[in-house]
Amino acid sequence: MTRPAITPSPRQQRRPRGRTTVASTVVDTWVITQRNLLRNVRLPQVLLFSTVQPIMFLLLFTFVFGGAITGTLPEAAGGEYINWLIPGLLVQVSVFGAGQTAIGLTDDLKKGVIDRFRSLPMARSAVLAGRTFADLGRNAAVVTLMLLVGVAIGFRYQTSFLRFLAGVLLALAFAYALSWVMAVIGLYVKEPEATQSAVFLPVFPLVFASSVFLPTQTMPDWLRVFADNQPITTVTNALRALMLGEGALLEGQVLGTQLLLSGAWIVGITLVFSLWAIRAYRRAVS
Amino acid sequence: MTVTTGASDAVTDAVVEVAGVVRTFGDVRALDGVDLRVEPGIIYGLLGPNGAGKTTLIRVLATLLRPQAGRVRVAGIDVLADPTAARARIGLAGQFAAVDEFLTGRENVVMVGRLYGLSRRDARRRADEVLERIGLRQDAARQVGTYSGGMRRRLDLAASLVGQPEVMFLDEPTTGIDPRNRLELWRMIEDLVAAGTTVLLTTQYLEEADRLADRIGVIDRGVIVQEGTADALKAAVGGAVLEVVVPPDAHGRARELLAAVTGEEVTERDGGRRLRVAARDGSRTLTEVVRALDDAHIISDDIGLTRPSLDDVFLSVTGQPVGEAGDGDAA
Repeated sequence: MTRPAITPSPRQQRRPRGRTTVASTVVDTWVITQRNLLRNVRLPQVLLFSTVQPIMFLLLFTFVFGGAITGTLPEAAGGEYINWLIPGLLVQVSVFGAGQTAIGLTDDLKKGVIDRFRSLPMARSAVLAGRTFADLGRNAAVVTLMLLVGVAIGFRYQTSFLRFLAGVLLALAFAYALSWVMAVIGLYVKEPEATQSAVFLPVFPLVFASSVFLPTQTMPDWLRVFADNQPITTVTNALRALMLGEGALLEGQVLGTQLLLSGAWIVGITLVFSLWAIRAYRRAVS
Repeated sequence: MTVTTGASDAVTDAVVEVAGVVRTFGDVRALDGVDLRVEPGIIYGLLGPNGAGKTTLIRVLATLLRPQAGRVRVAGIDVLADPTAARARIGLAGQFAAVDEFLTGRENVVMVGRLYGLSRRDARRRADEVLERIGLRQDAARQVGTYSGGMRRRLDLAASLVGQPEVMFLDEPTTGIDPRNRLELWRMIEDLVAAGTTVLLTTQYLEEADRLADRIGVIDRGVIVQEGTADALKAAVGGAVLEVVVPPDAHGRARELLAAVTGEEVTERDGGRRLRVAARDGSRTLTEVVRALDDAHIISDDIGLTRPSLDDVFLSVTGQPVGEAGDGDAA
């Protein structure tokens, strides 16, 4: 077998960068985002986990618990558990989906991909930004899928389409904030196998001790105090108020406050954990 | 006015320059004052056992790790002061092929090209060139998940080449690769250098350093303990090596005898069948050994003088055979 002789391409073809600019940072982030999105689509285990699992939750909760729960729901739910459930599940898939940020990062660390990225003349911020953006994209796809299935089995928003859309965007914003939390977890744990449990151990109790699946009124006092004040409940409440109307809220709560609180959580979490993640990233790789 | 070509620094034309580099991890001094110079256009082999500091040094050179002390210049750029500029001139292929399984071979290379700062079109064109060059053109459209280990290493190399680096750092490029793929990789590395790239590679295989490297640095416990061409290193061991093959039952006695006659340390090869010892006085040592074996009624299957191998070099500079020194330490 003969191979072509090696002639290095003329130097002028190459554009040695050696500097990162705003434009190059945007390009790098986009390249990494694309790469991470492809990972979601092409790795069967990732695709399966991110699509089948939320749909399974949706169907199980609707058909197993729905009948028993409907009677206890506020009127705003329109007598259907699915109406109550969908806003909650949108938040739940955001939380679970964010876990993929941690798993994806540890996977890249372990396989030496992060080392390769760091040895390239690319923007350093692109690795984490591209990771969280791609996870946002994946979450948007999962949320869409979930809404399609939800509508098919009876979900109807009780307000306006604009408010419904605002609710979806709020869920995605929350998912993005949580991606940064998960990035921090992934960068500290570093091992893909251990990350799985490091992520889901805190996530499960947080999701269940909230208003995601059920109203919090029947919880014991000590738990209810926690459940009513943690961000998952706040965001879920805001989503419900947007999609079902303020009747879905507890007495004394209004949409404006829930939105404001949700916004504060989202901005606060994103700020604190993105800075923390950047620090952890520098440490994790040297 | 005179026009100088190459490095702007007139004092040196070395493409890799390392001085007094120290890197510790807790109590472990992974690099304990490394000095190294690599001239452009050669293959420099960094030879040493596991835990000697090879990977740490590569990571420092490739801007992945900051040393606690020392100076590092690559392609005329101070790596510690301006790592991003250095990254535009280097390529790295680590110990494990850092390629994405879920991307095709071509997608992997194009992505790295984009991250080197090439436009989409240039990245694609360059990707096709390097894929052709490393013989992966036919497989370029397949996902890497279907590639063999050897193919992944080649793809990893291709990805590093897409940015046309002036210096390539290869960390144990052929570890865990079957012999056929190893030969293929060796050829590619030689081609690279022929095209003007400087290569610094680490290896624990003496054969690899011997075959590939124009210059060899022997690294042990975080310091370069010996440096030179393969021939120079071998010559430094002191001329010839006497090799004796004896039947298993005479092995122990022969070993003692060799040590007694030469006063040197005896090493074994092939599970003890071959005994090797430095022959300071060449053929006179040979005669003495033959006479001593004869007197002791040991019949050797084979006996003769050979040139020292890099094994012998390693033993003489570190006091330990290559396979044993530093084993068990973190790499």
